[in-house]
Amino acid sequence: MATESENLESLVNRRYEHGFITDIATDSFPPGLDENVVRAISARKNEPEWMLEWRLQAYRQWLEMAEPEWAHIHYPKINYNEISYFAAPKSDDDRPKSLDEVDPKLLETYDKLGIPLHERARLAGVAVDAVFDSVSVATTFKDKLADAGVIFCSFSEAVIEHPELVKKYLGTVVPRRDNYFAALNSAVFSDGSFVYIPKGVRCPMELSTYFRINAANTGQFERTLIVADEGSYVSYLEGCTAPMRDENQLHAAIVELVALDDAEIKYSTVQNWYPGDENGVGGIYNFVTKRGDCRGANSKISWTQVETGSAITWKYPSCLLRGENSVGEFYSVAVTNNLQQADTGTKMIHIGRNTRSTIVSKGISAGRAQQSYRGLVRVMPQAEGARNHTQCDSLLIGKDCGAHTFPYMEIKNPSAKIEHEATTSKISANQLFYCRQRGISEEDAVNMIVNGFCKEVFKELPMEFAVEAQALLNVSLEGAVG
Amino acid sequence: MLEIKNLKSRIGDTEILRGLSLSVNAGEVHAIMGPNGSGKSTLAQVVAGHQDYEVTEGSVTFKGSDLLELEPEERAREGIFLGFQYPVEIPGVNNAYLLKAALNAKRKHQGLGEIDAFEFLKMAREKMASLGMDPKFLNRGVNEGFSGGEKKRNEILQMAMLEPDLAILDETDSGLDIDALKAVALGVNALRSPDRAIVLVTHYQRLLDYIEPDFVHVLSQGRIIKSGDKSLALELEERGYDWVREAANG
Repeated sequence: MATESENLESLVNRRYEHGFITDIATDSFPPGLDENVVRAISARKNEPEWMLEWRLQAYRQWLEMAEPEWAHIHYPKINYNEISYFAAPKSDDDRPKSLDEVDPKLLETYDKLGIPLHERARLAGVAVDAVFDSVSVATTFKDKLADAGVIFCSFSEAVIEHPELVKKYLGTVVPRRDNYFAALNSAVFSDGSFVYIPKGVRCPMELSTYFRINAANTGQFERTLIVADEGSYVSYLEGCTAPMRDENQLHAAIVELVALDDAEIKYSTVQNWYPGDENGVGGIYNFVTKRGDCRGANSKISWTQVETGSAITWKYPSCLLRGENSVGEFYSVAVTNNLQQADTGTKMIHIGRNTRSTIVSKGISAGRAQQSYRGLVRVMPQAEGARNHTQCDSLLIGKDCGAHTFPYMEIKNPSAKIEHEATTSKISANQLFYCRQRGISEEDAVNMIVNGFCKEVFKELPMEFAVEAQALLNVSLEGAVG
Repeated sequence: MLEIKNLKSRIGDTEILRGLSLSVNAGEVHAIMGPNGSGKSTLAQVVAGHQDYEVTEGSVTFKGSDLLELEPEERAREGIFLGFQYPVEIPGVNNAYLLKAALNAKRKHQGLGEIDAFEFLKMAREKMASLGMDPKFLNRGVNEGFSGGEKKRNEILQMAMLEPDLAILDETDSGLDIDALKAVALGVNALRSPDRAIVLVTHYQRLLDYIEPDFVHVLSQGRIIKSGDKSLALELEERGYDWVREAANG
């Protein structure tokens, strides 16, 4: 058996592919956080007074809050005064007006990441908003989307151009004081994406955002707000990477989704933040609050995520099922390797009548990684006829990793139907030998088994993302996953 | 085709094969019999390259080259097939997917292109029909929830698809009802050709009623102690193993 774990180990030890640093001039604030920093961020963005006021209130609330300690993760205390809260690529005119004006080195970075920002975007029909460090760099396809009445722009731009929409929805799904990291984000968020799909419009293309942390000692605090008005539909893709650095970097984002009557939002994430090296040095601390509000009747919000990165992941994309007959879905593949830690899962809050939710969580642990699934299914007293199905599977590779499951259920209506299935399995030496005896290499065999394990989630991803996700999984485990 | 000389092998501290020699030529069918713990399965695993078995002495050549130098997957691509005594379940991995990956790994090794999906399906359906297997098996997880008989048929299907030069079937007959046994025998007999060799590891003479061997060997304490033709199997059935052991020791 010793040979088994050695073989697996060598498969697991793959280099992080996105670990390059882009050498461009950045304009960043010195580390530290106080009211002046919040004011300075707001001023840099020429924000109106109401926005600044909103930030300051969040900051004051944050000061009164404590960092949560209930998660099954361990890390040294974060010193919030050692982080810089704003970094923007320096360019002549503050912001590029078109792709041609974007620093070619930046475009090169996106190229390395395989982001379809340029011509490929056109071919793929994907509109991309790329957030580099803290600033939204370019949004493609704006005109075509405008024809359909779709608003897709950076968050900063939305604050200036569409204040009525931002004011109406901002913080209505994730309140400022929702949790410690949400309050911090609300105070210092630097940019992000804003999407509004008008009534009855089916968004003509997939919308996409790529986030990348580049500057050292920088925290990234982006904020995404997507509003799908009555009877509309949008599919949104989010990708994330960061360079390899020895120090840990903080990422505390917020995503708020609002689906009104008969609207549907499909939100897909491929998260590949730098996970740290095989000894656990460096890597992103990912503390993210993602929540969708099925505010209208017959609305639907679907989260699909493939998570291979980050040193620490603390993330629970959730659905508030308020509208009658609304539907929430959560499909997740989380991979942890080496010393990565993840405490992740979802919350489905059934408030309206006949609301339904589905949770499919696939956790893969290798190396010495620890992974926890934490899920809450809550059925409120008025949620007559609520239904939930949860399936929670863990796959272990090697003998030093761990998988933990914390399912919470709070059922306050007797008509609810709740199902929970959980499995834990291991890639065994016998399975690998069997495949190899059929001529399939060990690496391909592990990929095959892992992909088989994740199939249910991959089929929920948009086509081009599914391919990327599969490739990413193969790299992350190089074999010792998929 | 397969030349084993004075092979010694152990698992952990336990020596199992203690100087085994065996020569198998193309076109031949050999049956390896012997009591429990005599080393029959170990022989099969060592030839296939299982990492838990350490070879301490002796040599194994396959088609003239040193087999022990090769990784298990390389041995498979060179044309060695092991029908497992206990085929593992691989949940979530489609049977057809594994079969196609195995076939393509071999084709690539032979310098051939990947098999066309339609061609593959046609071939698989034909082989399954001849083995009396439901085509639905293709879409199930590898051995997932299969009965004992279904697993063994699945091994024979893989063998039929991969068309190995040397097939070693490790107790493929154990736990089979008569219909499954006949299907397995049919599959093996269909593969018999002057270019191929087959080694059957078995406890029982019963299988040999359906697959007639050219040679029968008795394995005891990690060595072949007696070889003969098919009449030896009948004699073993009648008299047990003790007389062979006594004769060998005497």
